[in-house]
Amino acid sequence: MNWKYASQRKEYGRALIELGKMRKDVVVLDADLSGSTRTADFAKEFPEHFFNCGIAEQNMMGTAAGFAASGKVVYASSFAIFATGRCWDQIRQSIAYPKLNVKICATHAGITVGGDGASHQTGEDVALMRTLPNMTVVVPADAQETYKTTKAFADWPGPCYMRMGRLDFPVITDTDTPFKIGKGTLLREGNDITLIGCGNMVSRCLEAAEALEKRKISAQVINMSSIKPLDEALIEEAAKRTGGIVTAEEHNIVSGLGCAVSCFLAEHVPTPLKRVGLMDTFGESGEGEELMRKYGLTADKIIEAADEVVKRR
Amino acid sequence: MVAYPTDVIAELERKANLIRSHVIRMTRSAGSGHPGGSLSSTDIISALFFKVMNHRSSDPNWEDRDRFVLSKGHAAPAYYAALAESGYFPIDELSTLRKLNSRLQGHPSKNKLPGVEMSTGSLGQGLSVANGMALAAKLDRKTHRIYCICGDGEMQSGQIWEAAMLGAHFELDNVTAFVDRNMLQIDGPTEKIMSIEPLADKWKAFGWHVIEIDGHDMRQILDACDRAKETRGKPTMVIAHTVKGKGVSFMENALSFHGKPPNEEESKKALKELGGDQ
Repeated sequence: MNWKYASQRKEYGRALIELGKMRKDVVVLDADLSGSTRTADFAKEFPEHFFNCGIAEQNMMGTAAGFAASGKVVYASSFAIFATGRCWDQIRQSIAYPKLNVKICATHAGITVGGDGASHQTGEDVALMRTLPNMTVVVPADAQETYKTTKAFADWPGPCYMRMGRLDFPVITDTDTPFKIGKGTLLREGNDITLIGCGNMVSRCLEAAEALEKRKISAQVINMSSIKPLDEALIEEAAKRTGGIVTAEEHNIVSGLGCAVSCFLAEHVPTPLKRVGLMDTFGESGEGEELMRKYGLTADKIIEAADEVVKRR
Repeated sequence: MVAYPTDVIAELERKANLIRSHVIRMTRSAGSGHPGGSLSSTDIISALFFKVMNHRSSDPNWEDRDRFVLSKGHAAPAYYAALAESGYFPIDELSTLRKLNSRLQGHPSKNKLPGVEMSTGSLGQGLSVANGMALAAKLDRKTHRIYCICGDGEMQSGQIWEAAMLGAHFELDNVTAFVDRNMLQIDGPTEKIMSIEPLADKWKAFGWHVIEIDGHDMRQILDACDRAKETRGKPTMVIAHTVKGKGVSFMENALSFHGKPPNEEESKKALKELGGDQ
């Protein structure tokens, strides 16, 4: 498919600036990566409301909690592994447990971080955030949805996590595409199998669906950007309609989107399912797209999984 | 410096003694908890709640209140007793500490109990939170202050020193923090487990205004708070030299009472010493 590409991070920065213009209670924190996370865009417009905490993510999360306890809506950013793994206990104790209004918006998630290698990549962040009570988790599928998520977080009470990538993502939504925390979007209808993706794997799901159609397998595609709360009604409907599910994410298959969907289905609508994602492995250095191919985060892998699930139905 | 009248000091000492009696009864009734570190913090907590801080138990969320973060969350019994004695909730409720369905969790929980500003317990985090509150106050051009009590064992946490840097960097002169320097942590003396000295020099080197006091001397505590208020451009760290288990002879400096409540007999003896066995 011929995709247009756009930057999630750029849209994050743009949304922050708009929030800054609209409301006085927004503050933004970063840990020495403001140029990369694009919180620097906000800092330029609203220097008084921006706080660089240095390379000290644990302290940044505690400081964010203090701001939030004082009535501020706090956006705290870093690379995904540092914003979640480095300071998980701080997020748990000082943000999630007291249910404070801190929006952790992390960039450079997954393996498409590229050359930096496994130290800077993460396939664990969604798992880490999803397991925290009170936490909302959103993985936007593209730049436009990142913009909408950033804005929506400001009015969504309590702690939130948003996951962004480093590379530009294929554009699959536009300004009119509906977005609501807790709701997935049915992007394409079909009868034989449902492909449920998040982040940049949604575009791969769409590619896979198109290829499957040529082989007379009718696949529907759901963009499940809201991982928590999960759109259970939409999953149930899809399972009942198509009788088979494939999930796809640029995240460890352990405890990510695939597990969220599987757990729900196992308890409510047992349905043949296969997860496409990082196979419980760390990444490595390389170009983002090369890594996606090497680690099986491709439309071909989704097609393979779909074939297997269709047989098991 | 303010010369506090003798009767003001005496009243604060009486209140502190009352808090100590509550701590003994509460931990005894709970069958667990941390009496040692509660008793070492009691005089500071009493000075803050009954004299230093502006706060309203009738309006716990009053915008201009001074904020208090108990970074050493295990001193919750003393904190809860001070909140109850300030009128935030009925004194009777203190006996529910650590029990099922109680608002008095083993460590403070922000959304359960009125007056609790922040959930704490996992050590090393409270000072960062206090900093965030201080930054928010400055952003809003508010003049209220943020008070924070850390344990000395907490000084071993890296996050404390991250917070030390941030507090000095942003010149948070609206922060008054205390180290309850009782010299003991669970496994033994701090200097034997993981040395934190020279503590005052460390805080000075990190850019803080440092005051060292006897943490059981009300006049010194009040005086330190006044000096902190007058300091511009840097946050204040009060290193309060204290005695773990202070006020109960057989609990003083006794490592065993860090995380163990007194038994029935010890409890009676303690209350008798504190004059609270009515």
